[in-house]
Amino acid sequence: MGYALNFNLIWRHFDKLWGGLLLSLELAVISIAIGVVIGLVLAVWYVSAGRVVRAVIAAYVEFIRNVPLILLVYLVFYGLPTVVDLAYSAPTSFVLTLSVYSGAYLVEVFRSGLEAVPRGQLDAGKAIGLTPWQRLLHVRLPTMLRITLPALSNTFISLFKDTSIASVISVPELTFGAQWINFNTFRIVEVYLVTTAMYLVTGYIMLFGLRLVERRFRAAR
Amino acid sequence: MLSQILYALPFLAAGFAVTLWVSLLVVVLSLIAGVLLGVGLVYGPMPLRWAVRIFSDTIRGIPILVLMFFVYYGLPAIGLHLPSFWAAVSALTLFKTAQVIEYLRGAVGSIPKGQFEAAMAIGLTFRQRLTYVIFPQAFRRFLPPWINGVTDAVKGSALVSLLGITDLMQAINQVIGRTYEAMPLYILGALIYFAVNYALSLASRRLERRFSFIRE
Repeated sequence: MGYALNFNLIWRHFDKLWGGLLLSLELAVISIAIGVVIGLVLAVWYVSAGRVVRAVIAAYVEFIRNVPLILLVYLVFYGLPTVVDLAYSAPTSFVLTLSVYSGAYLVEVFRSGLEAVPRGQLDAGKAIGLTPWQRLLHVRLPTMLRITLPALSNTFISLFKDTSIASVISVPELTFGAQWINFNTFRIVEVYLVTTAMYLVTGYIMLFGLRLVERRFRAAR
Repeated sequence: MLSQILYALPFLAAGFAVTLWVSLLVVVLSLIAGVLLGVGLVYGPMPLRWAVRIFSDTIRGIPILVLMFFVYYGLPAIGLHLPSFWAAVSALTLFKTAQVIEYLRGAVGSIPKGQFEAAMAIGLTFRQRLTYVIFPQAFRRFLPPWINGVTDAVKGSALVSLLGITDLMQAINQVIGRTYEAMPLYILGALIYFAVNYALSLASRRLERRFSFIRE
């Protein structure tokens, strides 16, 4: 052993971790928001589209889901600017990647939710004279959201953890802050203990918040 | 451009072999550890159940990357010196084990309690009850999510590149470092990962369909 825990240096540089956590959350929230839009639009389009559109959407979903996120992050940050005339910062690049990545996972979640909406509900909507647009907005989407909420919570928390990959392109989020302290103070065990605790606490706060939302909507049934 | 990539192919193939080797180790080791701990979670005494529950919830609650850095940089500090390859494999195995525990809990939990009690009533020992009654039935619930989880292991293995291990991901980055052909090589890498994982997820789906006719 011979390793004495000493957290002093961690607290002295705690702003690296705290600022990192806030940036992690920011990256997660923006990417998830864009991902939800991508996922909703493509899922609604998928269930009502013809074969060609379905094949294209399925190709997007399958491709993204079967490739490591770290490779996509490199591809967008180091690869893409060599073929298109675009300049973006590392955080923007990561948000772009995680949005497209989360979109693929969320299409799947929303699509299976849409397909689980009972037919009778849609027929009932038709029977009371709702237009297709109204049926989507007032019948299909609310029912789908209620069905998908548990899967949605898990996906959101998983995406929050995925923000740690941003550290590989030097985005100063929580994992990057932990590495900085690791290399500069060598209080290795301490910094990863604190970082682990920060990820866990944030993740569980998110989980409990989302469970509350789930319970609220289940009660409304 | 094409000649440079062709020139790099054997090097990429060697990296790909490392990716497969890491994935295989992680999948096999986590299957053994996960099934043992999963049985502990479902049937074990209270303290063991709590220990496994805390282990699983903690490990699954942190990013794999953080877990990997923790194991790689942290173990030497407490006097355990693992080569980077084994540090990476241990970290990925820890994470996968937690997932296998949950698959097993879900699969075994779906078997009606009466099955276990009936097996007990006809005098089977605990091990016999598991091997002859519970596991054969739980198997079809366990297999599809587990195979799906294998694709996660292959994708997760790309993180070992960050510890300087020359897997497919690292091999691609090194070839790019020499040829500056970033986009073609990243796309090539993505296609290789895709081919492996898509084949696995097709297998998972086929098994799921095969087992779906059985009703309780």
